[in-house]
Amino acid sequence: MTAVDETGGETLRAAERTAVETIRHGLRLSPEFRRGLAGTLALAVLATIGKIIVPVAVQQVIDRGLRGGTPDVPFIRNAVLLCALAVLLTALCGYLMNVRLYRSTESGLATLRGKGFRHVHDLSVLTQNTERRGALVSRVTGDVDQISAFMQWGGLTVIIALGQLVVATVLMAVYSWQLTLLVWVCFLPVMFALPRFQRMVSRAYTKVRERAGDVLAAVSESVVGSAVIRAYGSEDRTAERIDRAVNGQRRAQTRAQMIIGFTFPTTELVAAVAIAAVIILGVHLGVAGSITQGRLIAFLFLITLFISPLQTATEVLNEAQNAIAGWRRVLGVLDTPADVADPADGVTLPRGPISVAFERVGFAYPGGPPVLHDVSVELTPGTRMAVVGETGSGKTTFAKLLTRLMDPTSGRILVDGVDLREVRFSSLRERIVMVPQDGFLFDASLADNIRFGRPSASDEEIRLALTELGLADWLEGLPAGLGTPVGQRGESLSAGERQLVALARAYLADPDLLLLDEATSAVDPATEVRLARALDGVTRGRTAVSIAHRLSTAEAADEVLVFQHGRIVQRGPHAELVEQDGVYADLHASWASAIGS
Amino acid sequence: MTAESTESEESRASARSVMLQGLRVIWVAVRAEPGVFTGAVLASALYGAMTVASSWALGWATDHAVLPAFGGDGGDGGDGGGAATGALLLAALFIVGVAVFKAAGVMGRRILAGIMQYRMQARSRREVTRQYLRLPLSWHHRHPTGQLLSNANSDVEAAWGPLAPLPMAVGVIVMLVTAAVAIVLVDPVLALVGFLIFPAVALLNLVYQRRLSPLAMRAQQLRAEVSEVAHESFDGALVVKTLGREDAETTRFQARADELRDANIAVGRVRGLFDPLLEALPTLGVLAVLLVGAARLKAGSVATGDLVQVAYLFTLLAWPIRALGWVLAELPRSVVGWSRVREVLDATGSMTYGAAALDGDGPARVTAENVRYGYDPASPVLKGVSFRIEPGRTTAVVGQTGSGKSTLTQLLARLIDPDHGAMRIDGTDLREVARGGVSGAVALVPQQTFLFDDTVRGNITLGLDVPDEKIWAALRLAQAEGFVSALPSGLDTRVGERGATLSGGQRQRLALARALVREPRLLILDDATSSVDPQVEKRILHGLREESAESTVVVVAYRMATIALADEVAYLEHGTVADHGPHDELLARCEGYRALVTAYQREEAERSALDEAVAEAVDEAVDTDEEVVA
Repeated sequence: MTAVDETGGETLRAAERTAVETIRHGLRLSPEFRRGLAGTLALAVLATIGKIIVPVAVQQVIDRGLRGGTPDVPFIRNAVLLCALAVLLTALCGYLMNVRLYRSTESGLATLRGKGFRHVHDLSVLTQNTERRGALVSRVTGDVDQISAFMQWGGLTVIIALGQLVVATVLMAVYSWQLTLLVWVCFLPVMFALPRFQRMVSRAYTKVRERAGDVLAAVSESVVGSAVIRAYGSEDRTAERIDRAVNGQRRAQTRAQMIIGFTFPTTELVAAVAIAAVIILGVHLGVAGSITQGRLIAFLFLITLFISPLQTATEVLNEAQNAIAGWRRVLGVLDTPADVADPADGVTLPRGPISVAFERVGFAYPGGPPVLHDVSVELTPGTRMAVVGETGSGKTTFAKLLTRLMDPTSGRILVDGVDLREVRFSSLRERIVMVPQDGFLFDASLADNIRFGRPSASDEEIRLALTELGLADWLEGLPAGLGTPVGQRGESLSAGERQLVALARAYLADPDLLLLDEATSAVDPATEVRLARALDGVTRGRTAVSIAHRLSTAEAADEVLVFQHGRIVQRGPHAELVEQDGVYADLHASWASAIGS
Repeated sequence: MTAESTESEESRASARSVMLQGLRVIWVAVRAEPGVFTGAVLASALYGAMTVASSWALGWATDHAVLPAFGGDGGDGGDGGGAATGALLLAALFIVGVAVFKAAGVMGRRILAGIMQYRMQARSRREVTRQYLRLPLSWHHRHPTGQLLSNANSDVEAAWGPLAPLPMAVGVIVMLVTAAVAIVLVDPVLALVGFLIFPAVALLNLVYQRRLSPLAMRAQQLRAEVSEVAHESFDGALVVKTLGREDAETTRFQARADELRDANIAVGRVRGLFDPLLEALPTLGVLAVLLVGAARLKAGSVATGDLVQVAYLFTLLAWPIRALGWVLAELPRSVVGWSRVREVLDATGSMTYGAAALDGDGPARVTAENVRYGYDPASPVLKGVSFRIEPGRTTAVVGQTGSGKSTLTQLLARLIDPDHGAMRIDGTDLREVARGGVSGAVALVPQQTFLFDDTVRGNITLGLDVPDEKIWAALRLAQAEGFVSALPSGLDTRVGERGATLSGGQRQRLALARALVREPRLLILDDATSSVDPQVEKRILHGLREESAESTVVVVAYRMATIALADEVAYLEHGTVADHGPHDELLARCEGYRALVTAYQREEAERSALDEAVAEAVDEAVDTDEEVVA
């Protein structure tokens, strides 16, 4: 599930930062990473220096301890004990460094997750909807995990590997500059070839990720579409699709592994060539008297210090690239402006019935034609307004603007005389609540879902709310009452029941303006009529707007707004509108024939 | 449900040794891919043996090429530089030759291990998804989508994670054994050092793994939970936004993220301690070799080259020996991943199929015999539903919210099987129909539309070979012809993931066309036109009425217009068919039905009565006023 969704990230600001900019920006956002970094680096340097203990010990023992044919045992013993102490100290440094590193990076990443998560919720519904859900989830899970993996393994490996090369080179140069040059000449081609290898590997892994995305999509269709697949007997077809995706992924993975498999052992060969060359040249130098045998042998040990950094380099570089790409994506989310933002010094509206005024409001989806033109309308406090019109006439856009899920592209909306954009979110969400058509429920009990509207509500208050909405009978009929688990997305309940819960949830929130967007479309007529009556009672003294697909709602409202092609074409009480020739009369006629009256 | 199952997983995992279970998982893979595994292990063994050989080569070079040149005390020759040239070249060739074989071993090991790991992953993914397709819908209802997705993805990945370093670990064991033999051959006393160090490394690895596994498992679990919270919360983003609960949701998420942080730090503590120790041990070994070796050298039991060889060997071992640790570290994840995968693979309750065919011609006869069904067996939704629908008739299923209408449609299409009783078409129990038989005769348009990420054509035919004219005819009937022909590539336009590029009403009409193009013998519409405008819906229903003489139709409906188009009505109440018959008769004799379907009309009537009363009252008042005035 990790890191396969990057294709979906296009609409978020795909900040084309360079790696350095990404890291700098990322570190600014997560100051925890830098906490105690100096100490950690110092420990890393010490741990790296520990790597030369063995070559030095070998050199000392051979050149000084074994000089003159008889081993100088006391010297060797002292040297070995000293080195052993150094080894233990090195291990201690390694331990302290690791612990510090884990603590600071994990703290930073936990904060980054939280910030990312919060920001996704702050993004407007427009951005949320254009993004693939899975991609957004990846931003706070897989992408962050990738950074975490790199920081704790790769990042450290890079530091230690570079340190290892430096320390080894310095010590080698002390022993013999000619041999040092020789070793570098042997390894330089590898170092030059590394970026090429890495690009090949990276391309191969990009392919792997794309294929993994195909697999995820194919698998998710088989899960989410399980009912349709069964109903149409297309199991075999779906299975074939999955097989294709799975095989594609396997082939891409194998290819990537082949590339690594062929390039990885090159360093072994180069090291062997280097050792052979060092022995040949070293012996000649030794004969000339410019190097001791201990130093020459220590050289052979030092060459092994060259191998592991180069061997892991391709993988580390690859992981680094992934981590930076992941980081870039996470930062991309954080950089995407919350275009519908909580104002800095927002106004808190006093409680009480709410008045609304749309002043020449227009709206167009980004890159799309206008869907709302020049809408001006006033709702006096306590009005119950019905909004009707055909699909696509602008009703839902009207609702989303009124609840500030989106901001108008022109004109403005006033609540109690204040521009909606200047109202503090906490105040706005408390006073204006919308019940969307698809009442999403969380995987928890019925009570917990209703309580989502007002976290402090007791079970009694929830029960009372349901009773006031005329839903006491329905509650009675549920096996475990308020404790009934609703399942994932509420799928243990029927579509109509989910709408009942969503309605109760909004009602419990006790808003001053309640906006229903076809909120009872899946409820049976008797229940709907009962609900409508109950709502009639409980919304008395509040402003209520309902987008209705059943015109019975319109008949009960104080006033009806009729939308057509993004404009308000009629406005007035039902009794008046139904008498006039126009859109409303047509809608009503077709509705009346549908219900058979 | 998730929390419970993971708890049981954890306790099960800790009850038996994780290592044993991990080996069992590995055994599954070995049995599945014996050839590749053997190849990888052989390559790895070659690598292990050549690693030891390379140290031997170095020791040989020291004794035969280096020390003689320095006029040293070691080897056999003591006659200065020139004479050693032959030995020197030989040593160089020897070193490079060993490296070639070693590189070949590494290459073989890496590639073959990869092939094995990816084959196993692909195989498990195929098996898991086959099982998803095989298991009944009721099983799907019980399992969260997120869980099923991670079963097929991250769990499979975790399960076969240890396969990558496994051959290397086996190679390391070969390496250790060869190394032990090589050292014994050099000097038994020096070998003692090895025999102290190697078991110590093994023991340390074991302790490491034991300390790490519960922590790593917990971290893995929390990673899944963090993802689940994010998934759910983003899915419900609109609700979170409209109720202003972003802060509370962030708190909920942050709590999980912080737990994950703490778990990862706990893992880091253990890793941070053991990794340096595992590296330090072989280094200490080298030092011990030097110390002991010096004494042995003094005693004349070994040569300097031997000392160099053994010390070099320990240096070479320091890194690969940790591969053992990697396998051990991957094991707990693997065990958890595999147990979650197994849970899917072991799930039973796949639908069984008989051999009967539904090959009758023309519309189907449908019978329900005392059908019971419950998602929770204690409180069944349908408590004994019986009815009979004659061929070619259109029946409206009417009932309260939550009365089991959708459940009934799923039983009719055999997406689920009744707990008791039977659903029959033409007298044949659906459970006895051969695989593919029911879906060949019955088409269900569910309440929630699902489109595949495919073209319009692909979504309608679902792989069936249908000529374009028939597709267009179905689209026409579903009132979708207009918008489809306006799409940039017509039938070949891709609709995006879940049909994201289309509106709700358009998606519903495509789903309807998908059913119609099959000319099913039984067509079931579960509130399938809810997102369509009333006028369009009316045209669809009239079209169906005219064209559907070849089908028996079952339609879940609330609207009077839809009901009026039906020949008869089945009214569901309290889990049974309370009444069944023509709409007019039910209206006359069934009180519950009347209350339900005439709710809007009565409401309207009451309201106009009220309006009239008010109007009269006003009129009277006006009259009175006028009288008074008069």
